[in-house]
Amino acid sequence: MKHDIIAEPGILEVSNLHVAFGRPKDRVSVVNGVDFSLAKGEVLGILGESGSGKSVMLRSLMGLFPRRTHVTGHVRLAGQDLLAMDKKTLRNIRGRDVSMIFQEPMTSFDPVFTVGRQITETIRRHDGVSEQDAQARALELFELVAIPSAKSRLTNYPHEMSGGMRQRVMIALALACRPKVLLADEPTTALDVTVQIQILLLLRELQREMGMSVVFVTHDIGVAAEVADRIGVMYAGRFAELAPTRAAILTPRHPYTRGLLAATIHGQQRGDHIETIPGAPPNLAHLPTGCAFAPRCGRSVAACTEKMPEMTVFGKTHMARCYNPEPSQI
Amino acid sequence: MIGQVPTTGADRMQRILADARDRGGPGQPMLILKDIKRHFPIRKGVMNRTVGHVQAVDGVSLTVMKGEILGVVGESGCGKSTLSRLMMRLVEPDTGEMIFDGDLVDDKVGLTTRRLRRQMQMVFQDSFSSLNPRMPIEETIAFAPMMNGSSRSDAIAAARALLDQVGLSAAMFARRYPHELSGGQRQRVNIARALAVNPRVVILDEAVSALDKSVEAQVLQLLIRLQEEMDLTYVFVSHDLNVVRYISDRIAVMYLGRIVETGSVDEIWDNPRHPYTQALLASIPSLDPDRRTMAAPIYGDPPNPINPPSGCRFRTRCPFAETCCEMHDPAAVTLPGSSAHAVSCHMENEASGHSRVGTNARIAEVTQ
Amino acid sequence: MTSYAKDTGSEFPSVSSYRDLKVQESPGYWAMVRKRILRDPVTLISAAILLVIILSAILAPVLAPYDPYVGNIMTRMKPVGFEGHLLGTDETGRDMLSRLLFGGRLSLIAGVVPVSIALLIGGSLGITAGFFGGLVNTVIMRVTDVFYAFPSILLAIAICGMLGTGLFNTLLSLTLVFIPPIVRISESVTTQVRNLDFVEAARASGAGSFALMRYQVLPNVLAPILVYTTSLVSLSIILAAGLSFLGLGVSAPAAEWGLMLNSLRQMIYIDPVLAALPGVLIFATSMCFNLISDGLRSAMDVRLKV
Ligand SMILES: Nc1ncnc2c1ncn2[C@@H]1O[C@H](COP(=O)(O)OP(=O)(O)OP(=O)(O)O)[C@@H](O)[C@H]1O
Ligand SMILES: Nc1ncnc2c1ncn2[C@@H]1O[C@H](COP(=O)(O)OP(=O)(O)OP(=O)(O)O)[C@@H](O)[C@H]1O
Ligand SMILES: [Mg+2]
Ligand SMILES: [Mg+2]
Repeated sequence: MKHDIIAEPGILEVSNLHVAFGRPKDRVSVVNGVDFSLAKGEVLGILGESGSGKSVMLRSLMGLFPRRTHVTGHVRLAGQDLLAMDKKTLRNIRGRDVSMIFQEPMTSFDPVFTVGRQITETIRRHDGVSEQDAQARALELFELVAIPSAKSRLTNYPHEMSGGMRQRVMIALALACRPKVLLADEPTTALDVTVQIQILLLLRELQREMGMSVVFVTHDIGVAAEVADRIGVMYAGRFAELAPTRAAILTPRHPYTRGLLAATIHGQQRGDHIETIPGAPPNLAHLPTGCAFAPRCGRSVAACTEKMPEMTVFGKTHMARCYNPEPSQI
Repeated sequence: MIGQVPTTGADRMQRILADARDRGGPGQPMLILKDIKRHFPIRKGVMNRTVGHVQAVDGVSLTVMKGEILGVVGESGCGKSTLSRLMMRLVEPDTGEMIFDGDLVDDKVGLTTRRLRRQMQMVFQDSFSSLNPRMPIEETIAFAPMMNGSSRSDAIAAARALLDQVGLSAAMFARRYPHELSGGQRQRVNIARALAVNPRVVILDEAVSALDKSVEAQVLQLLIRLQEEMDLTYVFVSHDLNVVRYISDRIAVMYLGRIVETGSVDEIWDNPRHPYTQALLASIPSLDPDRRTMAAPIYGDPPNPINPPSGCRFRTRCPFAETCCEMHDPAAVTLPGSSAHAVSCHMENEASGHSRVGTNARIAEVTQ
Repeated sequence: MTSYAKDTGSEFPSVSSYRDLKVQESPGYWAMVRKRILRDPVTLISAAILLVIILSAILAPVLAPYDPYVGNIMTRMKPVGFEGHLLGTDETGRDMLSRLLFGGRLSLIAGVVPVSIALLIGGSLGITAGFFGGLVNTVIMRVTDVFYAFPSILLAIAICGMLGTGLFNTLLSLTLVFIPPIVRISESVTTQVRNLDFVEAARASGAGSFALMRYQVLPNVLAPILVYTTSLVSLSIILAAGLSFLGLGVSAPAAEWGLMLNSLRQMIYIDPVLAALPGVLIFATSMCFNLISDGLRSAMDVRLKV
């Protein structure tokens, strides 16, 4: 799939998004200027290590913030700014136009209702259809996400299902109202590999059939490579690099992306040399001025510690924030 | 499965045998588990009645050679942590026996648990809960030697030396508390703690699973370096096949409390014989955007270990399952021509009556 | 037996060179707790108020302008600010300020002493039960459950009624009341800590039960148990006051806040401010203990990183 991400306005446009927590005097800046545009039918994989701000960023795409959050920037869904909306409009949009799948499905279900009931409730709230129609639709959804003996499964309580089944129900719930944009926060991290691949393939297939746009957060490069058209690599709350999947994996330009790929154990054997990134990610309460990766970077130059580099565009769709990018061929 | 080819080089074996504690000699495996079983009772209600059993480890036989790294892989809940704890005797087996360097581990007639633990240590899965939050890390590391009779000043000096060896500057970190460290640093402390009694075997239970990718590689390289420098034997438990492949000499694949296949890394990777092993390997995301996985190798989730399927435990998800799989437990069969590749599958056993015996059935053929 | 790391020669200096290594001191856990408390105004103010109450109780003989037991028939039930009596006088003309100051002594004793003794007994029982588990646990916990079945106020009344009035009996009955909840909490905290991996790891290092308890379990359970116990002090003050109020605690002439509240009861229509004074103090003191307990709890939570 090819998308001209720069020319056309996408279904979801994020510009200059900043999110910080806490009181001014001990403020933690978690998202520090995120810009991207998601085309219709595109899957954007967001890759980053623990604490890089992936979940916080994803939640802000739905306007979900805890108390004492300081947010600036714009999140436009089909032209409307989510961050400027009142609560009621936002609630209507959530679940209908944009919906979310979480890492741990158990915590996102209500344990006292059957999963079938929870799905029909959601459908009725947004579409206002009759109970019968909603039930028929729920059954359809269960079959869509390949739950065996779907009919009897509708009467299960969340705790009666295995992890993989719960994640399928979670997906069914998220798809209940045919959202335009699906946000997935590490939906397979808690699952076994043999189950993970089933869920990834299912998501890929449903996305293609329904023409949905998806933002898929993960810390596993392999998972991103399986599902994403484009990959955004996050470091300390910013995109270090944003590129089509092939380019991001085969010719990364940002030293962090390259370092992450080199350090990822995939297919290496005993004795193979693995290049590691020295040090650890920065503390978000005291971000260095300049590039946040500079202290760990082997290619840093004097400018890196002075000012955060802007996104540099290489070719049409490949961008990285770096003063001294990796050569285009390795 | 006795009598395997040693995977350790001659020099290293010389050094391992030079250890005063070595008893069995070069041919004696470091550790042998024979049909180890552990079922946890599930209790319910006011009367604490037992209503069932979790068959966490159900008849595991395993051999760990001197100086090797044995990788144990399997999915969540298949009993990997329980197996690790059984080896350390933190959990007592219901049945089965364990032989450490030729000595039966048994508090009455053989090697006592206390003496076993001086030669075998463990690194736990959760780096946070495995460090005492009220103790400076050097004291955590020095704790075991002090319990075994070292003086405090000796133990602390050794702990600081170890901190430097695991890549944490002793001058900076020795007096810190666990909450002042990052995940990778805490795992380094855990490794140092395990090494403090100068063990011969270290069991690493998901030692790098909770770490970020960039830190994971650092810790793995540390583990490899220490293993070579200190002539250690590792049992490396993980659910991450890529990591297990990278670090191990041999791999044991676990499914629902049993070992289904063991073999050298190359044999497991190039010629996986158990359908589950094949499925596991085929489930690894490809990292190549041009060659994405097109079909899931198997369907469904692992069954509940409370009421596992009869016969072969994998049969409910196996595309080749037949009646014999339901009726009988498959025995481990050593593949002809290789002394160390063993598979517990009826398709490898002439006498099983399975229609595909000897066809070398591949899961990929069915799923395409 | 050498049971420490091998000198691996080449890359690293020998173990003995670490003997005199200068290491950077870490502020440590308690320094962090202190820092957090110093940044928590609610806890600080509660502690200051409590300190004032405690000091004035201790210094009552010095501070009190009158004898708390001697009244003057002529100046009965005078309101707050009556000449020479800053807080007025009670129904027998005794100076309220002096009585409140002296009353604080008994009330604080009634708050702190039973809880401290219960902490010693209940804490030991609970930690033992949690640490050893099995039969020991079953026996201790089942016995505790029997007492736990009654509401604490009923239990206190029942025991006090059986033993008779007087300070000693009040303290005794309150101690008995507080043992079961402390056993419960100690047991559950200990069981939790006992199953954490670091205790397993210490067990795997060959430590005996005593060393495990002393170095691994105790330092981790004492703080939460102490926090919980602090919150019981306020309950104890209220219960003691309640017992006196019902006539089961300390008796008549003694100055004790609960008893004062009782005897001033009839005055509620004449001078409600005066009648409420002992109540206000009971409330303030117990509130302070509760707020301090809350503050300690959040300050000691390691996972809430600074
Ligand atoms: N409500 C909050 N208040 C303060 N800090 C927060 C809050 N939520 C998240 N953070 C901080 O923001 C940072 C980024 O969190 P986030 O959950 O987005 O990370 P992540 O990239 O999703 O990591 P992971 O891979 O571990 O899920 C973390 O350091 C976290 O501690
Ligand atoms: N002490 C225990 N009491 C009861 N059941 C237990 C106990 N320990 C483990 N189990 C059960 O035994 C099974 C195997 O657990 P174990 O922790 O060994 O799995 P694992 O392979 O390490 O999984 P993971 O990858 O999630 O760490 C699980 O179903 C677990 O719930
Ligand atoms: Mg997250
Ligand atoms: Mg485990």
